[in-house]
Amino acid sequence: MNNPATIIEPHRNQTGGTISALRALVLANGYIRDVDQKTVAELFNISQAEVRGIVSFYADLRTDPPANKIIQVCQAEACQASGCRSLTATLENRLNIAMGESTPDNEFALENVYCLGHCANGPAAMIAGAIYTNLSSADVDALMTGKPDTAPTEIVETNNRLIFNRCGRVDPLDFDAYRAEGGFPAAPISAESVLSEIRNSGLRGRGGAGFPAHVKWQTVADQLDNQKYIVCNADEGDSGTFADRLIMEGDPFLLIEGMAIAARAVGASKGFIYLRSEYPKAARILTEALQIAQREGALNESFDIALFIGAGAYICGEETSLLESLEGKRGIVRAKPPLPAIEGLFGKPTLVHNVITLCSVPWIINNGGEAYRRFGVGHSTGTMPFQLSGNVQRGGLIELPFGMPLGEFLDTYGRGTRSGRPIKAVQIGGPLGAYLSREHLDTPLTYEAMAAIGAGIGHGGIVVFDDTVDLIEQAKYAFAFCEHESCGKCTPCRIGSVRGRELMEDIQKNGCTKEKLILVKDLCEVMEKTSLCQMGGMTPIPVVSAIRHFPDDFGLEQ
Amino acid sequence: MQLGDRDLGTRQVNNTTIVTLEINGETVRAPAGTSIMRAAAEAGIPIPKLCATDSLEAFGSCRMCLVQLDGKPGLVSSCTQPVQQDLRVVTQNDEIARLRRGVMELYISDHPLDCLTCAANGDCELQDVAGQVGLRDVRYADGSNHDNDRIDTSNPYFTYDPSKCIVCSRCVRACEEVQGTFALTIDGRGFASRVATGAEDFFASECVSCGACVQACPTATLMEKSVIDHGVPDRSIVTTCAYCGVGCSFKAEMKGDQVVRMMPWKDGKANHGHSCVKGRFAWGYANHQDRITEPMIRNGITDQWQIVSWDEAIQFAANRLTGIQKEHGQFSIGGITSSRCTNEEVWVVQKMIRAAFNNNNVDTCARVCHSPTGYGLKQTFGTSAGTQHFDSVTEADVIMIIGANPTDAHPVFASQIKRRVRDGAKLIVIDPRQIDLVRSAHIEASYHLPLLPGTNVPMMNAFAHVLINEGLLDENFVRERCDLESFNAWQEFATQEENSPAAVAKITGVPEEDIRLAAKLFAAAGNGAIYYGLGVTEHSQGSTMVMAMANLAMATGNIGRMGVGVNPLRGQNNVQGSCDMGSFPHELPGYRSVTDDAARGEFDRHWGVSLHNEPGLRIPNMLDDACAGTFKGLYIQGEDIAQSDPNTLHVEAALTNMECVIVQDLFLNETAKFAHVFLPGTSFLEKDGTFINAERRINRVRPVMKTQTGMAEWEVTQALANAMGYAMSYSTSAEIMDEIAQLTPSFTNVSFDFLDEHGSVQWPCNASAPEGTPIMHVDGFVRGKGLFILTDYQPTSETANRKFPLLLTTGRILSQYNVGAQTRRTENVRWLEEDTLEIHPADAEVRGIKNHDWVSIRSRIGEITLRADISERVAIGVVYTTFHHPMTGTNVVTTELSDWATDCPEYKVTAVEISPANHRSAWQEKFISRRDQQIDLLPVE
Repeated sequence: MNNPATIIEPHRNQTGGTISALRALVLANGYIRDVDQKTVAELFNISQAEVRGIVSFYADLRTDPPANKIIQVCQAEACQASGCRSLTATLENRLNIAMGESTPDNEFALENVYCLGHCANGPAAMIAGAIYTNLSSADVDALMTGKPDTAPTEIVETNNRLIFNRCGRVDPLDFDAYRAEGGFPAAPISAESVLSEIRNSGLRGRGGAGFPAHVKWQTVADQLDNQKYIVCNADEGDSGTFADRLIMEGDPFLLIEGMAIAARAVGASKGFIYLRSEYPKAARILTEALQIAQREGALNESFDIALFIGAGAYICGEETSLLESLEGKRGIVRAKPPLPAIEGLFGKPTLVHNVITLCSVPWIINNGGEAYRRFGVGHSTGTMPFQLSGNVQRGGLIELPFGMPLGEFLDTYGRGTRSGRPIKAVQIGGPLGAYLSREHLDTPLTYEAMAAIGAGIGHGGIVVFDDTVDLIEQAKYAFAFCEHESCGKCTPCRIGSVRGRELMEDIQKNGCTKEKLILVKDLCEVMEKTSLCQMGGMTPIPVVSAIRHFPDDFGLEQ
Repeated sequence: MQLGDRDLGTRQVNNTTIVTLEINGETVRAPAGTSIMRAAAEAGIPIPKLCATDSLEAFGSCRMCLVQLDGKPGLVSSCTQPVQQDLRVVTQNDEIARLRRGVMELYISDHPLDCLTCAANGDCELQDVAGQVGLRDVRYADGSNHDNDRIDTSNPYFTYDPSKCIVCSRCVRACEEVQGTFALTIDGRGFASRVATGAEDFFASECVSCGACVQACPTATLMEKSVIDHGVPDRSIVTTCAYCGVGCSFKAEMKGDQVVRMMPWKDGKANHGHSCVKGRFAWGYANHQDRITEPMIRNGITDQWQIVSWDEAIQFAANRLTGIQKEHGQFSIGGITSSRCTNEEVWVVQKMIRAAFNNNNVDTCARVCHSPTGYGLKQTFGTSAGTQHFDSVTEADVIMIIGANPTDAHPVFASQIKRRVRDGAKLIVIDPRQIDLVRSAHIEASYHLPLLPGTNVPMMNAFAHVLINEGLLDENFVRERCDLESFNAWQEFATQEENSPAAVAKITGVPEEDIRLAAKLFAAAGNGAIYYGLGVTEHSQGSTMVMAMANLAMATGNIGRMGVGVNPLRGQNNVQGSCDMGSFPHELPGYRSVTDDAARGEFDRHWGVSLHNEPGLRIPNMLDDACAGTFKGLYIQGEDIAQSDPNTLHVEAALTNMECVIVQDLFLNETAKFAHVFLPGTSFLEKDGTFINAERRINRVRPVMKTQTGMAEWEVTQALANAMGYAMSYSTSAEIMDEIAQLTPSFTNVSFDFLDEHGSVQWPCNASAPEGTPIMHVDGFVRGKGLFILTDYQPTSETANRKFPLLLTTGRILSQYNVGAQTRRTENVRWLEEDTLEIHPADAEVRGIKNHDWVSIRSRIGEITLRADISERVAIGVVYTTFHHPMTGTNVVTTELSDWATDCPEYKVTAVEISPANHRSAWQEKFISRRDQQIDLLPVE
């Protein structure tokens, strides 16, 4: 076993270096030993207790010697919709272990993972950083002997691809080609002009909240501080979403340029990309793209970007949890106020944005905010890369202006279910999104229209389920996912998620009654209104929508 | 009644901008930046809370304190929301009430329902809030819970029961924000979250047992074992800790006259509600079986002790002392006052010696620790005490620690230093050892200068050299506030080549560049503060070093405001007071010379005597004269010179030669083995008086139980004085303080009533400073102009040589206090069962010494044996040990050398050789046989 100090040393002066060092130790030795933890504490000058806290928070930072082959099977909604449950059951039978266990000879282990970003080609699994897609029970033997087979995710060639127009058409790492198409102009426009264009564009955050971008930019720009940061949230953890992954793999300079423009507008000198560890290919491509950008002078002393890889925690997609993690600590959600725009990374004014939001910026600056506003409807301006997956014939990424009705979208691009059975439910907006029934198919894909029916666009993920779906199971999964990913800080989420899951299990086993539903409703109200963040706050949305839109599944009389 | 203090939820914010808002229809005003929770609480509108407490930053995790703002939907936590002008807040309505019950229902669904038999019954915030929100029903049946989590009882003083934890993280945050040790974390995430240390249990972990987590815990999860055993206390009395010079204020929480626990007092101006393991938990010695509560006498020191009545003991002592004086003269007896007894008790002893013994042979333990502080600061500034209060550190930009180890010896103040350093202040440490402050969680000194023991003065001279050459003198300050003639002489001296960093690097063993950079860092600071301890004073040039630091502070203008100063970290709980009370052979109370006719005249008039007008004997002189046969009688109040003074063999010889040794103490200590009269003393829990801490702060010590001995210590001393023919007739301690106030210019306004009203006060407290003096020398130095004094380096004669090639230096650790008389009689022994010798791996290797081997330490004075502890905390050539256990006999090897001005012993530099040993030293064998013999001589039960 190697000396931990040599593995840790390169990370000592990195932002978030504790987590990066611990990940490096897992990569080198397979797991983290006591001596590794003590060495991390010593070299970073933090306590052993703090190291233990960090290690125990992140799923990637394992402390037991791993099996030779760990098969990580995605258990999230899109893969559920395409059949991961039966795949998992077959694997469990074949290996004679339950999910989460290792075989006695430590040859194989089964672990669950939540979203590898290959939702359009699910069920998906990962073994040692290699992704396997379109799996079925028939592939179990091949999985065990490991024949890589990653099907590419289709990017549909729609018109008006303001973000994805270069993907598939160019070599992602060809900087000259990027510059030739207008990227990184020699004389960029002033910071005030940038702010003005962003305001005119009506751009809203594409991560899920849909908050007006220019408000955040102006707040950061107005802060009087010598040190400001820009952070790109690339922890695309929502099941059914892969737009961030595709753009980072397909056109990384677009993201880098978007960040550079935003940094100049708000006065940030340093940027970070927080990338989930479940996207190894994106990590490789981004690393190289950043090096090229530095070499070409697009990144320099006035603005540079560092890549940070997460360690397996969905909650780190929440902006304050992300900042805690980027600071090298447990990903605990912070209370707001203060807003990150005022006191963010290391207490400094920080602009936090999703990948797609930042990737929308270069087009806006090159073509003007007014032009951007002409796409879309009402306050839903511009385009959105919708991501279609689940039980569909043809999943993939479809960049469209806002406004198309959901049903038309499914017919045009999904072309019916993969199973041939009728569509029963559509979950839109990720694991914290509502389950819509056939009644809602005429709803336009805009922020406003979705809000009106108690749903949301979120990050643009749309997952299709056929009529074999059981909404009690899905409601239970909503609670179970929250239980798994809760940071644990606030009581409504930490304990509420468990109670919700238990309630759903009881309903499954012993049937649904009015009293049980009242308790579920009360629990949902508590979680929605009192949770510290949207992890607990939005978990009731899929639950309530399942009960409201699919009462038959719950055995309720109408 | 006291008991629970009001908890306003979040920290106080000092802001001159006041905001007006409306809470539940009432107009409320609060400083901008205050949380809504605190503003409401102060206006008498309490909001339910669990994770908020006003010693910690707001966290926002329990979700109980939600309120509505401006009628908008969406509730916010009032602990994290600051007040805003014209905001309308609603803290209670149907929706909020329903949601609070809902959250509480979730809490209780994962909590054991054994309130009635739980140790926190009656003192549990979860219970309180469940009641406040009206929880009636927990509808979640039989779900996952933590009921079977294992209880951790490893710490001797408190237990950790995870089944009751509500994951409010108050304990984790307290360990981080208040104590600064970061020993706690949350393990896991989500429902699995549990408080944990970095080891398998509390005792094995980084925890220093300060009790902050136990205090912060709102439930029974972290609970004092004494409360589990005895139940929740029913009343409390505010008093002061009897351990170190921080002088923490505590509430002694009682049931009847039994102490259930000591709870740090939030309004304590020195500690602000924090504590360390000793004051918080190690108070059980007061009831230890070793405690002696009846007077004893014996003819010779190998005779059996006899228990007698107070009258008989007093008469026996008086007869012997007067007999000795008749035979050997007026100056053949004397006394030593305690630095741990109250001011009132000390005052009476020095008064007895001056008025009843008729001489000035009175001295105190400050002799062996901070007497150079008294001398050095008096010479340069005019006052024999530190210049600031502890809070001053909150505005320091550069903190320089010299010859002190605060995390071990002044832990509560060390937490304040650490907090300031985490907030951005820079740290310089000058010490032969790598003390914890050099590098520990989230703290790193910018410079550690590990100089050889005995080379402090040249180091300061090099600093002076650098600051002058780099143009970092504060010329304005010097010109306005200092004596220019002395400054010019000093400046010329400082710039000499022998004081250059290059030359000093050779003497100290510290690289030249580090010296230069550290000096520049300090000199260029906006606010530079110096904190120092016995590593400065216990040297042959201790006084010189104090003056050198004072010179440095004046030259950089770091005097007379917050964030600066020359700060002695005084060791004992009342060493400052003992000095103030005139326990010196050459000075009357208030630091006036005995030769000063006017001062002496005042005392003569007041006391109705004619005091002797020449300085008397210091402790070293008393011991020398005892060996010579001219000093025969000694009254020792609360001090153990046979263990704590240097050159033990010399001390033993002196004591053996005396005819009347009177020991007034709690236990049969080392000195008592040579005594003829044992007068049982009282613990701080029985005392009624005052202590003065390192800040010059006078704090009340209030009795929580009646004296176990039947007499207050001052009553005993008073009786002896009376028996020797000098009439004293105090009836209360308050009367004694009133006399102190009359006769001591710095104490004129002080009285027990004043202290009850103000809590505490820093002297001078008189007509020119009626409310006391937090920071001294604000407009001018007490002596007028600050005086620069030349500090030539005179190396100690105790240098490493071929026969004794290593240098031994000594110190203390957190869990034990000094000679360990108190702490060894508590559970604290579990942390240090024996003193060990720290030795560098290189020095150990060439001598064939392995870790935990027995080794012999030999100096030119004596020899002892202890176990080796191989560590790189000491530099090559330096070894280190503590002196907490009498059998170690550390002072058997320390020498007779001492400070030229004050005779403060040079404990910190002894030339020694270390070699493997397989037996105890001769002295230790003798110690054991004498110990056994003296135990036999105790009265038969």
